[in-house]
Amino acid sequence: MTAGLGTDYTADEMMAVEAARRIADGTVCFVGIGLPSVAANLARRTHAPGCVLVYESGTIGAKPLELPLSIGDGELAETADAVVSVPEMFAYWLQGGRIDVGFLGAAQIDRHGNLNSTVIGDYDAPSVRLPGGGGAPEIALGVRDVFVMLRQTPRAFVPELDFTTSLGDRVRVVVTNLGVLEPLDGELTLTAVHHGVCADEAREATGWELRVADELVETEPPTEAELAALRALRTKGGS
Amino acid sequence: MPVIPLGDAIRELVHDGDVVALEGFTHLIPYAAGHEIVRQGRRDLTLVRMTPDVIYDQLIGMGCARKLVFSWGGNPGVGSLHRLRDAVEHGWPAPLELEEHSHAGMAAAYAAGAANLPFGVLRGYAGGDLPARTRVKTIACPFTGEELAAVPAHRPDVGIVHAQQADRHGNVQLWGITGVQKETVLASSRAIATVEEVVDELEPRPGGVVLPAWVLDAVSPAPRGAHPAYAHGYYDRDNAFYVAWDAVSRDRDSFRAWMQRHVLDTADIDSYHASLAAAAKATA
Repeated sequence: MTAGLGTDYTADEMMAVEAARRIADGTVCFVGIGLPSVAANLARRTHAPGCVLVYESGTIGAKPLELPLSIGDGELAETADAVVSVPEMFAYWLQGGRIDVGFLGAAQIDRHGNLNSTVIGDYDAPSVRLPGGGGAPEIALGVRDVFVMLRQTPRAFVPELDFTTSLGDRVRVVVTNLGVLEPLDGELTLTAVHHGVCADEAREATGWELRVADELVETEPPTEAELAALRALRTKGGS
Repeated sequence: MPVIPLGDAIRELVHDGDVVALEGFTHLIPYAAGHEIVRQGRRDLTLVRMTPDVIYDQLIGMGCARKLVFSWGGNPGVGSLHRLRDAVEHGWPAPLELEEHSHAGMAAAYAAGAANLPFGVLRGYAGGDLPARTRVKTIACPFTGEELAAVPAHRPDVGIVHAQQADRHGNVQLWGITGVQKETVLASSRAIATVEEVVDELEPRPGGVVLPAWVLDAVSPAPRGAHPAYAHGYYDRDNAFYVAWDAVSRDRDSFRAWMQRHVLDTADIDSYHASLAAAAKATA
């Protein structure tokens, strides 16, 4: 899927690049699998070589050459500064306040940044049983800043969550395939769109009446250097 | 603590209706032990595990479980666990009761169990819908009054882990990502460790966790016994297997046929691997 007319990069690539740009050098990032892992590794390979990748499996300061398929791949342990047990990871490092940025994804998000990764439908008789919260409930309140990466559709951006898995109090930015949302007076507001996307597209992809910033800006398309670094990242054994 | 065949360990130590925790966070997942539980037809188990992974998808789909206690039930990097979903969404092959936690809550519950405390304490579960659906309560700090979450300790009847090595006395060492295995063993009434190999002497490893023989009830050799997960220093994670499992497990019949061929019709870990190799050769 391309991000817009006349582009030679995908929407996923745009999301990864935009999220990566928001990671400052030296940031300690709690990273999940998938796009967040891509973004954090891209940041480490480009402008933020000193960013510290922490995976919930217990690897601190992992420097994988290939992207892991799971959060516990062996390469994470082999390249980490330290490997700690899972109870230690959640108690000393996350709850201990050592993490700057935590990445979260979800099936649903509301206008306050609350997330659902538990069920679609009723909890006791769900139409879709999702994997569940995993680390999310404590990541959402244990890190300084939460970054959310999520494709923007009316099914995902809903007026009311089917289930609240984690709270949006610390969500600072939501990077989507269409643009960027940031909280303004407690409500997620469209502050930027990607090249070739207009605000109306973002409105139509949102299940609530989306607030749009007065000074809506356009994100920079990926540079050649960013795309080259991104495409050099390959998922180990993945499809 | 004897080094005994895995079949004997499961027969003697895992009973119908038990609360069983097979742990290993992505790494060192005790697949061989899980498959032996399927072969021996255990029923009504309460399965405890932070990340159910494909092994619990298999146990649930084969009707071994009555209840699942967990915090994240997906196929890592791939998508859904279809057998888990089918059980929850459609009651197939049997309804599955859920007790759902967060990772931090599960970790605290295991640590409390290992410490012989009634509950674990954490700053967590705040504000969302999960507390109303699970066993967690709020307590006040007796010193500051801060509200904290309390989760009841995990005290499984049986804890099962996989490790790289045991010595001939049954002392066990695992290294790499060590997850929550030490807590699982120490929280459980009975404990089984399967190992890649039995060696004359354990060599200290950086970050290694040593489980003395006397905290284990059985140690059983199971070479390549974590497949399709991995054993650090022995073999890599079979990521292609996890990707392929999505199609195998999506359909009840193809799932059953796979389990029949590779688990029920095999006698042990060696014949499991032989059957996988034969299947790979046939499709090559």
